[in-house]
Amino acid sequence: MSRFTLLAWQVGVAAALLAIWHVGSSVSIFGFYFMPKFFFSTPADVLGRVWKMFATGVVWRHLWITLTETALAFVIGSVAGAGIGFWFARKPKLAAIFDPFLKAANSLPRVVLAPIFMLWFGLGIWSKVALGVTLVFFIVFFNVYQGLRETSPVVLANARMLGMNDRQLMRHVYWPSTLTWVFSSLHASVGFALVGAVVGEYLGAAAGLGYLIHEAEGVFDVTGVFAGMIVLALFVIAIDWAVTSIENRLLVWRPQPHQQS
Amino acid sequence: MPQTNAPAVSLERVTVAFGAGATRYVAVEAADLSVTPGEFVAIVGPTGCGKSTLLNIVAGLLKPAAGRARVQGADVAGVMAPCGYLFQQDALMPWKTARDNVAVALEPKGVVRAEALTRAQDWLAKVGLAAFGDRYPHQLSGGQRKRVALAQMLIRDPQILLMDEPFGPLDAQTRALMGDLLLDLWSADRKAVLFVTHDLEEAIALADRVVVMSAGPAARIVAQHTIDLPRPREINEIRLDPKFHAIQRAIWNDLREEVLKTYQAQAGGAA
Ligand SMILES: Nc1ncnc2c1ncn2[C@@H]1O[C@H](COP(=O)(O)OP(=O)(O)OP(=O)(O)O)[C@@H](O)[C@H]1O
Ligand SMILES: [Mg+2]
Repeated sequence: MSRFTLLAWQVGVAAALLAIWHVGSSVSIFGFYFMPKFFFSTPADVLGRVWKMFATGVVWRHLWITLTETALAFVIGSVAGAGIGFWFARKPKLAAIFDPFLKAANSLPRVVLAPIFMLWFGLGIWSKVALGVTLVFFIVFFNVYQGLRETSPVVLANARMLGMNDRQLMRHVYWPSTLTWVFSSLHASVGFALVGAVVGEYLGAAAGLGYLIHEAEGVFDVTGVFAGMIVLALFVIAIDWAVTSIENRLLVWRPQPHQQS
Repeated sequence: MPQTNAPAVSLERVTVAFGAGATRYVAVEAADLSVTPGEFVAIVGPTGCGKSTLLNIVAGLLKPAAGRARVQGADVAGVMAPCGYLFQQDALMPWKTARDNVAVALEPKGVVRAEALTRAQDWLAKVGLAAFGDRYPHQLSGGQRKRVALAQMLIRDPQILLMDEPFGPLDAQTRALMGDLLLDLWSADRKAVLFVTHDLEEAIALADRVVVMSAGPAARIVAQHTIDLPRPREINEIRLDPKFHAIQRAIWNDLREEVLKTYQAQAGGAA
C-alpha cells in the first residue's frame, strides 16, 4: 500500500467515525437519539471546543505542564532504570538478592501509589513525576538488565582480544548495548511516563491535561471531556512521532525488520 | 619480556574439558603443538573436533584442564597482547561502522582517533572494502564482515595471528584472492599464524605445516605434515603443482588411517 492510499484510508476511517457520531447525536429517529448529546456531545461542538482551547491559548499552559511532567518522569525513570539495570547485570549476586523485591514492586498497581505520592510530594508536578517514574523505571530496568546479560559473548571476547581495558570495554561495548536497550524501550517508556502524568493529574492537580478532563467531568461537561481527550490524543501522536524520529536517528546501525529478506 | 628463541606458541599435553561430573565432555586430549616465530601452521579436522577450542586456549579465553599453554615462552594467563584473534563467528561491534570497527582496534594502543581513522581506511582498502567504510555490519555480506574483521585484527600488528576459518563464507575465487592477500601481508613481516580451516587444499596452499586433528570427543592431534612447497606461492598456481597433489594424497592417507584407528578404538571401547 502506498503512503498516499494509506493516508487516504486513515482519513476515510476518521471521517466515517465522525459521520456516525454526527448522525447518532443530531438526527432523531422517532424522537430518539442513537447517541444522545448529553452523553456524547456532537463532533461539531467538540471540535469547536478544541479550536477554542487553542485559539484562546488556555490549553498551552496545561500542555506544557503535562509535557514537563512526562519529560521529567521519562528522564529520571530511564536514568535510574538504566543505571540500576546496568549495575545488576554486572553483579549477578546483587541481582539475585533483589530479584523478588523488584518483581513484587513491579506487580503493584501504580494507581494505589498516587495518593501517597500526593502526601509526600504535594499537588504540584512532582507527585505526577513520581508516579511516572515508578512506571518508566521498571520498563527500562528490565530491558537493560536482560539486554546486557545477553550481550554477545563473542563481541565481548573480540573487544578484549583487541586489548581493551575495562574503561574502553565500557565505552565501546557495554555503554552502546545499554543505550540500545534503553532506546528499544523508548516508545513504551515515553508512553508510560505520559500515563503516569495524566493519571496523576486526573487524581488531583491544578493543571495539566488530566486535570482539564477531570474538571470537565466534574460538571458533566461532556464536550469538555471529549475535547480534552482529543487534545490528549493529538499530544500522544506528536510525542510518538518525535520519539520515532529520534529513534531512527540513534539506531541507524540496527537492521530494519523490513530490510531483512 | 618474551624470550626471542622461545616458540611463538607451545601447547604441552593440553586437555580441555567442558562441564563437570556426568556432563563432563573432554573436547581435546593431550594436544602437543609448537609454532615457531614466523611459522604458518594450519589446523584441519572434522567439524566439532575442537579446533576453535584450541585457538581459545592459545588466546587465553579458555583454561586447559591439564597441560601447559605458552605464548612466546610465557604461560598463558588471560587475554594477552601478542595475539590477534579472528573469530569464527561474527564479532564486529554492530553499533559501529566498518571504519570505526577497524579504527577502534588502535585505541588500546593510544593512537589518536584522527590517525586511527586514516589508517583504518587504508586497511579497508587493503581488504578491498574502501567504499564500504560507512556501512554497519548488518549492511555487509558475511564475507565482507570477515574481511573487516581481518583488517581489525591486522591493524594492531599482533605478533601471533589466530584465525578461525576466516574465509569460510567466501566463494572459491575470493577465497583464493584473500589467501594471496594474507600470504602477501604475512611474508612482509613473518608472524606466527595458527589458521583453522575445513579445506585441506587451502591449508596446504597457505601453510608451512598442516596439523590434523581426529574427531571428538577427546580429539587428538594425529599427524603433522611439513609443506615444503616453494614460496612465494600463488594459491591458484600452487594447486596445479604435482608436489601439491603428492602432499595432499599423503595427508589424506594419513587422515584416513587415523580416522579408521580412532573409529576402531571407539568401536572396541563400546563393545
Ligand atoms: N562451552 C562449551 N560447553 C560444552 N561443550 C562445548 C563448549 N564449546 C565447545 N564445546 C564442544 O567441544 C567440541 C569442540 O568444539 P569446537 O568449537 O572447538 O569445534 P570446532 O573444531 O571448532 O568445530 P567447527 O569446525 O564446526 O567450528 C564440540 O563437540 C563442542 O560441542
Ligand atoms: Mg570452530
